Amino acid sequence: MSDLEAQTREMLQAVSDAADLAALEAVRIAVLGKKGTLTELMKGLGAMSVEERKIKGPVLNGARDQLTAAIAARAQALNATALNARLAQERIDVTLPARPEMRGAIHPVSQVIDEVIAIFGDMGFSVAEGPDIESDFYNFTALNIPPEHPARQMHDTFYFNEKPGGERLLLRTHTSPVQIRSMEKSGPPLRIIAPGRTYRCDSDMTHTPMFHQVEGLVIDETAHMGHLKGCLIEFCKAFFEVDNVRMRFRPSHFPFTEPSAEVDIGCRRRGGELRIGEGEDWLEILGCGMVHPKVLRHGGIDPDKYQGFAFGMGIDRLAMLKYGIPDLRDFFEADLRWLRHYGFAPLDIPSLPGGLSR
Amino acid sequence: MKFTLSWLREHLDTSAGADEIAEKLTAIGLEVESVQDRAAALKSFITAKIISAETHPNADRLRLCMVDTGREQVQVVCGAPNARAGLVGVFAPAGATIPANGMVLKASKIRGVDSNGMMCSASELGISEDHDGIIELASDAPLGAPVAQIMGLDDPVIDVSITPNRPDCLGVHGIARDLAAAGMGMLKSGAVPPQPGNGPCTVDIGLRFDGAAPPACPVFAGRLVRGVKNGPSPDWLRQRLEAIGLRSISTLVDITNYISFDRGRPLHVYDADKLRGQIHARLGRTGEKLLALDGNEYEIDSADCVIADDNGVLALGGVIGGMASGCSDATVNVFIESAWFDPLRIAATGRRHGIGSDARYRFERGVDPQFVVPGLELATRMIMQLCGGAASDVRIAGAPPAPPEAIEFRPERVRALTGMEVSDVECVRILDALGFAVEADTRPMGVRAPSWRPDVHGESDLVEEVARINGFDKLPATPLPRVTPISGIAVSLPQNRVRWAKRLLAGRGMMEAVTWSFISPRMAEMFGGGAKELTLANPISTELAVMRPSLLPNLLAAAKRNADRGMSEIALFEVGPQYAGDAPQDQSMAASGIRCAQNPPRHWSHAGRGVDVFDVKADALAALEQLGAPVDRLKITADAPGWYHPGRSGVIRLGPKNALACFGEVHPAILEALDLRGAVMAFEIVLDAIPLPKSRGGPSRTPLRSSGLQPVTRDFAFLVDSAVTADQVLRAAASSAPDLITDVSLFDLYEGERIGAGRKSLAISVTLQPREKTLTDKEIDAIAEAVIAGVKKATGGELRG
Repeated sequence: MSDLEAQTREMLQAVSDAADLAALEAVRIAVLGKKGTLTELMKGLGAMSVEERKIKGPVLNGARDQLTAAIAARAQALNATALNARLAQERIDVTLPARPEMRGAIHPVSQVIDEVIAIFGDMGFSVAEGPDIESDFYNFTALNIPPEHPARQMHDTFYFNEKPGGERLLLRTHTSPVQIRSMEKSGPPLRIIAPGRTYRCDSDMTHTPMFHQVEGLVIDETAHMGHLKGCLIEFCKAFFEVDNVRMRFRPSHFPFTEPSAEVDIGCRRRGGELRIGEGEDWLEILGCGMVHPKVLRHGGIDPDKYQGFAFGMGIDRLAMLKYGIPDLRDFFEADLRWLRHYGFAPLDIPSLPGGLSR
Repeated sequence: MKFTLSWLREHLDTSAGADEIAEKLTAIGLEVESVQDRAAALKSFITAKIISAETHPNADRLRLCMVDTGREQVQVVCGAPNARAGLVGVFAPAGATIPANGMVLKASKIRGVDSNGMMCSASELGISEDHDGIIELASDAPLGAPVAQIMGLDDPVIDVSITPNRPDCLGVHGIARDLAAAGMGMLKSGAVPPQPGNGPCTVDIGLRFDGAAPPACPVFAGRLVRGVKNGPSPDWLRQRLEAIGLRSISTLVDITNYISFDRGRPLHVYDADKLRGQIHARLGRTGEKLLALDGNEYEIDSADCVIADDNGVLALGGVIGGMASGCSDATVNVFIESAWFDPLRIAATGRRHGIGSDARYRFERGVDPQFVVPGLELATRMIMQLCGGAASDVRIAGAPPAPPEAIEFRPERVRALTGMEVSDVECVRILDALGFAVEADTRPMGVRAPSWRPDVHGESDLVEEVARINGFDKLPATPLPRVTPISGIAVSLPQNRVRWAKRLLAGRGMMEAVTWSFISPRMAEMFGGGAKELTLANPISTELAVMRPSLLPNLLAAAKRNADRGMSEIALFEVGPQYAGDAPQDQSMAASGIRCAQNPPRHWSHAGRGVDVFDVKADALAALEQLGAPVDRLKITADAPGWYHPGRSGVIRLGPKNALACFGEVHPAILEALDLRGAVMAFEIVLDAIPLPKSRGGPSRTPLRSSGLQPVTRDFAFLVDSAVTADQVLRAAASSAPDLITDVSLFDLYEGERIGAGRKSLAISVTLQPREKTLTDKEIDAIAEAVIAGVKKATGGELRG
């Protein structure tokens, strides 16, 4: 039996000596293959007596199990070594730069419009629209702005050339024409906001010939100026993302609202920074008021039954105040450096549950 | 509108200070622009007398002065030519800050001589432009006294921005009335006792209009004051006018300016000895000219209302007086005009001639028509008081316009419209204090607006009056009631498409631009626009004169600007309006973009690639797909508009008439016109052209039909004529077994010598998805035959051997 033990030891040695998978396979065939050493020995079992088989059988089986396990273990070890060698060979410099991708951004005007829609949408407003090229009726007459009003003169309004019939179209000077269009289209009750482009013949440090406004209009049987105040306070708190905001409603004058008010928001300027909501300074942010009975009538609404309020604010200005953008004129320059700096990631979709800004 | 605190106090009995008054003014709708306390800056400046003035030992132009400050005598070096012994002026000691330049004064040596302070000029104090010499005060002025007080500068100046509906507040008295109504004191009576005349007015006056309605000048009053002595105004009058930025001219003229600001009542004074015949108001005549008081000559229009005499035009009524008939220091007999002019005509005349006078400003907003005669009386009294003389009787031609009807007023409307709890009694009190005549015992109440309130026409105006005086701080902030517990959808599908387009294009690496809606006529024409009806009559510049037919011109111009700044990779888009005509339906919402890479980005791993047509085609198709266009029904044709390269552009169509988008390389001629180097790729999507789904059957999806059977892929290469498009081959292949073929893709294009000129090889991969059972080789072969036959039939293409 010592013979078999010595043979087994030899075979195990051959297994552990196998330098690679091919050598190991050769050893396996030499030992366990059809004509392998151990296979041959096991073949001899059949010719043995029962007693002899009872003794030699388990010994040979044990040797076979031992060798099978050793071959498997050696194979695993050789595989691991081969893999490690491959991995070592495959090493690359992962500090090399990734493939370049262009980064896009959303313009602050679009972002602020989405923020405004998110807030007023929650208050039950829906978005309404109107054309940029307007008639005198929608831009002025229906809004109780008489023909002699200074705004109708060439100074402020962009006009188109007179048509053969004498009609002169214009570029809307505010988003308020959408008030009338919405009244005509849907009738009361109404709760709309209308963001859009507006135009005035003005260009200096703080004015551009095109800018953006958002109009708000609420018409029902009971909406009063206290609701207007409440609505705008909630808007300012949500928009500027502050818990409290100092606000001041000042009587003013607009032909299309009565009473009319201008709204100031408290702020503090320190260094180059502007903090909204607190502080001793005031910043005018919007005009508003109760819709003038004549305007309701022009929109086909009975002012003895219905009432409501309207407001209008500058979107570009809201963007400047909230995000600290210094110069209005840069908004429309499409300077990539500016867009990259002040723009928003496309996934920054403003919502009230998710937050308006990061 | 500016006034000083002491001026206000002549009309308002109040103990409130400037800041308190300013806060109240803003609260009632008279927005304070500034409160200027001129005394604060002059605190350390005192009166002082020059005792001796000698020539500086080392400088001929400088003087060495000994100055008595009332407390001590100090040596001051002074360069002013009028520095002389005996002069009482303004002394700034060391440590004082000079208002004009912010410089802090220090004791110093000037050319080797000690100078311990400075004698100041008016310009150094920031009170006038006058820097001819140092200020000379009255020789009996007390020494060492604060100059702000001595010079009448210790009176804060309040500047209020008056909205155009409130002409009554263009006079201090009207402002006082509003403040009194809001509880800031007692309004003093503004009544003017008539000044009896001592004989008829020898200057005849008249209205010469031929039934023009409304009359340009319905009422014209005047009177003569004989034997006046004109000259410099007294200090109090001069200081008041100067405090609000007016230049003192002469007593007679200053009086009219004073009443204009005190009562909002413009007047005009003529040297009566320069008038000939009847002074009358009439419409102008073409060819007439007026040399006005501002030194300009104006050509009178037949729509102007003028004041004239036998010699011709004397003044543009209510706008500006004439040089020839104006008062001078030599004036002895003065004729005072107090008239009322049609506001619309005044505005038109002022605009036509570009004259922005204080008179025009008031008349075009509406001067109190009932104050024509009181204004004349007030002027007469002031003239007689300050210039002496004897007044004639008053002459009046015409009559002021009739007062408007009473307004029905329901006090409960204040509560309904504002939400403020204001009692009926308080409503009446406020209206009464503002000068309204209230019939309080009836319901509705009857309310008559005072003659100075041309802005009040209806009940809502009265609500506004009560609300603003009661104070908007009392508006109860009330949450807007929710219509439904959870708010509905705020944004329609077309509106959402605008929002989505922006975010998906930005997600594709493009920067969103927002650019002008108007462009230059030249650019508009290059992009198929420039129609007459889309051209502005009064553009801000010729570069911004025509409504844009496309968003591309601005994006290309932006690319040029960015390229000039050294940006090499540019990907810009805009989602905004473009205009095909001037009707509302001609305005469409477009999502357009450009890509260009002047120097393709270099990377260590691969060779650089510029952008090409297929980048922007991918942009357009991705956008269309994500915005809900039926992509599998889209066709691409090669007939893009003229601003694209004719051989490298396409139109994405849904049916033959509906073009949803264009894409391609921008035409080189356009790039040349814009001085843009390198190729630029562009796409334009008309968002409004994407059809809306016919009906949304709810959010539920159709069931997923996925097969457990393995899809089979077969590749084919076809040799086709060069004119055959890839689309033709792909469509022919796909339609040859539409039930089983789920995808056809093109993976190779070869043109070259091996297949000869005029031909190309297109290699496609066809994916078959068996539905019920695995396809047999025979079935697959049959489909392959059908594909080959289908492509051959549609394109003449042969399978490449």
